[in-house]
Amino acid sequence: MNIKTSCRLLMAGLLPLFFFSLAHAADIKIGVAEALTGPASQYGIPIRNGFELAADEINAQGGIHGVPIQLVVEDERGKKEEAINVYKKLAFRDKVLMIFGPTLSNSMFAAGPIANAAHFVAFGTSNTATGITDMGPYTFRSSPMESDVVPVTLKSAISHLHIRTAGIIYGNDDAFTKSGYDVFRKSLEDQHMVIAGTETYSRGDVDFKPQLTKLMALHPDAIICPCLSEEGANIMLQARSLGMKQPFIGGNGFNSPQLIQNAGKAAEGTIVGSPWFSDNPSPENQHFISAYRKKYGTPPNQFSAQSYDALYIVADALNHIALSGNLNSDRQSLRDALPKTTHIGATGKFAFRPAHGQDKKPAGYDADQLPFVYVIKNGQFVLMK
Amino acid sequence: MWEQQLVNAISLGSVYALFALGFTLVFGVLGVINLSHGGIFMWGAYTSLALVTWFSMPLWIAFPAGMLCAGCLGLLIDILILKPLRNRQANHLMPMIATIGATILMTSLAQGVFGADNQRYPANLFPDLEFQWGETRLTLLQISITVLSLLLTAVMVWMLKRTRMGLALRAIAESRQTSALLGIPVERLFHMTSFMAAALGGAAGILIGLSFNAISPFMGQSMLHKGIAAVILGGLGDVRGAVLGGFFLGASEVFAVTFLSSDYRDAFSFGLLFLMLLWRPQGLFGTGKLREG
Repeated sequence: MNIKTSCRLLMAGLLPLFFFSLAHAADIKIGVAEALTGPASQYGIPIRNGFELAADEINAQGGIHGVPIQLVVEDERGKKEEAINVYKKLAFRDKVLMIFGPTLSNSMFAAGPIANAAHFVAFGTSNTATGITDMGPYTFRSSPMESDVVPVTLKSAISHLHIRTAGIIYGNDDAFTKSGYDVFRKSLEDQHMVIAGTETYSRGDVDFKPQLTKLMALHPDAIICPCLSEEGANIMLQARSLGMKQPFIGGNGFNSPQLIQNAGKAAEGTIVGSPWFSDNPSPENQHFISAYRKKYGTPPNQFSAQSYDALYIVADALNHIALSGNLNSDRQSLRDALPKTTHIGATGKFAFRPAHGQDKKPAGYDADQLPFVYVIKNGQFVLMK
Repeated sequence: MWEQQLVNAISLGSVYALFALGFTLVFGVLGVINLSHGGIFMWGAYTSLALVTWFSMPLWIAFPAGMLCAGCLGLLIDILILKPLRNRQANHLMPMIATIGATILMTSLAQGVFGADNQRYPANLFPDLEFQWGETRLTLLQISITVLSLLLTAVMVWMLKRTRMGLALRAIAESRQTSALLGIPVERLFHMTSFMAAALGGAAGILIGLSFNAISPFMGQSMLHKGIAAVILGGLGDVRGAVLGGFFLGASEVFAVTFLSSDYRDAFSFGLLFLMLLWRPQGLFGTGKLREG
């Protein structure tokens, strides 16, 4: 045997070893499918930022058992079709361990079934519509449902402002605003409030004055507006210019600094519930806010707080399991470890709660978290006491 | 409530009218359905927003400057897209598709530069004056928008009827070849028309931005649908018709909400459009072309 062949043999012997160690040293790949362009990007971009900040921090502290987390970020553009494509790409080509996102509930309804069929975790951090986690046992979310937040919001609005009648305006062609409306209506009925009138608008409308003029004539005590912040700001401004003085009560869509920025004084007195409170003095929250400001130069919002916490929740779960290198079994063991995970983060105490599911079919896990109720005062979200 | 809804209808109608004015002008003269008008409308709003917020210019400079920029954008689209298609004598579908492409480009550009979320002009940019009779409120802004769109329409009608340029434009609308043979600088007038129409679109964008506080890269989309409806109601290519169509559409939307329900707002106004197409396919004023000024 000459030197050349022995060298070759040695190489051949070492090669699998080399690959083996490479496979083990490979980063933990986590997919992020969020709307980075299009109208929903005002939510998707802060969400991505939250993930990236958390990943930086976790990796700086040695990752998961010494292995860094690698985020594979894809733009799903806030569209169902795109969300499906991105989910398939992340799951089957990039072979990620699990996927965060998509941004909108609409898209989660489209992409979620892929995760449940292929047995990996689909983790929404911004989906609040009912029924998301009914899709199957692999669907998780850290965003409390509107049906958890709205009754708390309404209860404190009623006790503070002594309102008895309400007018409603909402978008009737969007899954998010429509489901917000249903939740509000049910909650209003449960709390024996009178619905003076209901008006609707469609996506892309900019003129709400005819509807508001109609509501104004009914003299309700408050206006309920389960809208996104862009329409919400506009509705407030137009209501004020018509001379309406009622306070607004909103859902998750109002949780954006954009609302105050756009509506200005018109937003004063608006009441909204949110899982995150920016002025929460807890060390976790204060650390998050200053780290976010340092990295991105802008203040974070609720959506970045939720995604930041979500990656820590997954990291906690990963810290309790040993990854084998076999993708399918690793995906399964992450799925099994997640429900037991609790976390104290920027949004406060967090735990999962099994979803009811429909027809006793296995379902996923919802967020078990109490919301904060704010009122807008002097251009700031202030905690309602 | 009635009086207030009437005020709502007129102020909404005047914005539709202003948008439809530029749209119909291009169709009347160039014979092209320019679907990039919504994109130009949006860029008009954004350029004046940028001038106001980035360079703290007063509105009376930012407004004409925004119109000018929108006009130049329209000219650019004419030179880069419509002219090559004219030279190739492409059929009428091609400019439609090409201008859809231009709109997508403009929307993505705006999104890249300004971001996807809604923006607004700074509060108090326009004097916050209000007039009130009983329950009815009227703002100075609403009055200005209505007056301005009527004024611009009057100028357009006067220009088409009373000036040499208007005469030339009507001649082109009648027959492009004959006009060229008679020595009318057809190409130059095409550029001119595209510029004017786009400037009007830009003005509409700025006014919508001021009155509804919602400037976004996607604002042109729904406006384009409404604008096309207004133009068809009034008669394609007719300037007075476009304005009347705009007011008609505004009123039908507002009164659909008042009498029926806001659920049927668009169904009602577009249903009206459908009936109009059955009853008078040429629209209220339409004779098909700009010939009658």
